[in-house]
Amino acid sequence: MSISTSRSEPGYVLCKLDRQLILATQGGLPLVPDPWGTLGMELGLPADEVLARFQRMQDAGVIRRVAAVPDHYRLGYRFNGMTVWDVHDDAISDMGRRVGELPFVSHCYRRPRHLPYWRYNLFAMVHGTSREEVEDKASQIKAVIGDTSEGHTILYSSAILKKTGLRLRKS
Amino acid sequence: MRLDNTDRQLINLYQRELPVCERPYEEMSRKLGIAEGEVIERLQSLQDSQVLSRVGPVFEHSRAGASLLAAVAAPEEQMDLVAARINRAPGVNHNYAREHTYNLWFVMTAPDEDTLEERLDDLEHKLRLPMLRLPMVEGYHIDLGFDIDWEALP
Repeated sequence: MSISTSRSEPGYVLCKLDRQLILATQGGLPLVPDPWGTLGMELGLPADEVLARFQRMQDAGVIRRVAAVPDHYRLGYRFNGMTVWDVHDDAISDMGRRVGELPFVSHCYRRPRHLPYWRYNLFAMVHGTSREEVEDKASQIKAVIGDTSEGHTILYSSAILKKTGLRLRKS
Repeated sequence: MRLDNTDRQLINLYQRELPVCERPYEEMSRKLGIAEGEVIERLQSLQDSQVLSRVGPVFEHSRAGASLLAAVAAPEEQMDLVAARINRAPGVNHNYAREHTYNLWFVMTAPDEDTLEERLDDLEHKLRLPMLRLPMVEGYHIDLGFDIDWEALP
């Protein structure tokens, strides 16, 4: 099995200004009518150049997307289940794609096994307002994966540990 | 957290992607049928109340740097200590406690692959716990959110 780590691809090299723009926007875009103008003031660039650079980074895949990213926990999805599956190597690409297409799966990745400590190679993240909801979603994934999986488990998050401290889940 | 229909619509429409153009909030306002100023106010207030973690770019870490999911199995009585050490380590941007033998799951980031490895080695040495390193081999659905079932929320 060849493992490609997520190494940068050649083609687009970030320059100093790109890095400054990343630093200036990683916490969010300015919420003003002309966000590019505001960023431009900070970086000493005209607004249209900021926008053009931003779009170029998006085209190059450095910026995956720009979005209003919800915090699912704050929305009420208190139960976060990382479902992990031990899928046959010859079936995993197909199963990964199919599981990734389920509307309730927020992330779906293949990761390496580390035998004998860790045998699961497919990760699919699901969210629910209860444990039952997460379990129901896991059984829908199981219905897709069928007997190409030798086993699975669900790792529920019990706390989101952030730099600001510990945020415990109401139990 | 009660959100009105406009807030919900705003999240439904823009949680995956919002327009990158000269006046993004104006374009959103036309689709939502409200004023640009109101779009900005709503985004600000949803961000202030942390319903939105941010309104902005999601970076591809493999292109803007390197990142890796890792896990350790911390002995129950040392969990707080180990978690605090992980949180303090440079480059860690997520850290979740999970109900499993591997009970701490975190994402390490770095400007490049070599620094990433150094940071992981350094942390592993400090923690004195074997670390499960789980790079992404293939992504089938990468952090695109999911359809929110508003009626089912508390």
